[in-house]
Amino acid sequence: MSSRTKTVVILLLICVLIAVIPLAVIKNSEFGGADGAAEELIAKIDPGYEPWTESLLEPPGSETESLLFCLQAALGSGLFGFCLGTLRERNRKRKDPLTDACP
Amino acid sequence: MTLSQKRIIFLTSVIALAFGIVPNVSAMHIMEGFLPVTYCIAWGVLCLPFLVSGFFSIKKTLSEHRKTLIIFAMVGAYAFVLSSLKIPSVTGSSSHPTGTGLGAILFGPSAMSIIGIIVLLFQAILLAHGGLSTLGANTFSMAIAGPFLSFGVYKLCQKLDVKKPVSVFLACALGNLFTYCITSFQLALAYPSETGGFGASLLKFLGVFAVTQIPLAVIEGIISAVVIIGLESYAKSELAELGYFKGGKSHVK
Repeated sequence: MSSRTKTVVILLLICVLIAVIPLAVIKNSEFGGADGAAEELIAKIDPGYEPWTESLLEPPGSETESLLFCLQAALGSGLFGFCLGTLRERNRKRKDPLTDACP
Repeated sequence: MTLSQKRIIFLTSVIALAFGIVPNVSAMHIMEGFLPVTYCIAWGVLCLPFLVSGFFSIKKTLSEHRKTLIIFAMVGAYAFVLSSLKIPSVTGSSSHPTGTGLGAILFGPSAMSIIGIIVLLFQAILLAHGGLSTLGANTFSMAIAGPFLSFGVYKLCQKLDVKKPVSVFLACALGNLFTYCITSFQLALAYPSETGGFGASLLKFLGVFAVTQIPLAVIEGIISAVVIIGLESYAKSELAELGYFKGGKSHVK
């Protein structure tokens, strides 16, 4: 492995660790979505506040919601991966022009 | 690995481990209907000039450097992916990164306002996450304030001759954190506490949003640095067209 590959692998491992450590350390939490706590906080600060509008469409349940979030991630990473693959292949062919000539 | 790389890795590990267990809270975009009408309109109007200049900036970059379209698609996709990942944090709740810092570094901060608003519209309409009424406020924090801070930090790092991946790490991490500081600011402005006023509210909201966000900011910084290392090796010519190699030190020799 080149030193750059090593750096990248180590960096990505650190990312995984940062995400996993809270899961392992904090036991009594559901890691609920962010918006909830802020809503509670607003209710504490201004108990009389009523939201004046609601979301047009709300996913019927957590299943549909996770589907849509998945879709967002899949579309994004699909496109990202496709572009990166294209760039990598182009680079490879430039370095070794023979692969272009003889299939 | 160079000494500075080792230092960064050490630093990030320390930051990650330093955050023990903090009270149970959670945080993300401002929810639909949770910002009074006047604030919704004010933040929305404030976004307009940035969106307009962002549109022209993208048009200019892409017409002058057609080749960079692929990189633009990548930073857009990157923001899309990152803002869909709800990552558990030390506060016992989840939040997600913004992914707008990387694009701000490569294409300039105003260009990211367009990408950011597209991501926010998707989440507001389909996912009931964030909201159409709070779109202006959320756009300002995630697609304008964050990218501008990232851009500024990056430029500053270049002046100080910091290595590029390290600058990208700092820029993206701080931009991410700043986004949520702005969110707290926006909420505190709309909901000043009865006892302590604006300041007390701001502290409370920062406790919810910013603390949750710190580890995620580190993650976003690291991933952005990894992406830039990848782009440096595979897309040198495009990055050169974007003026990425001007000034500062690059990872690639």
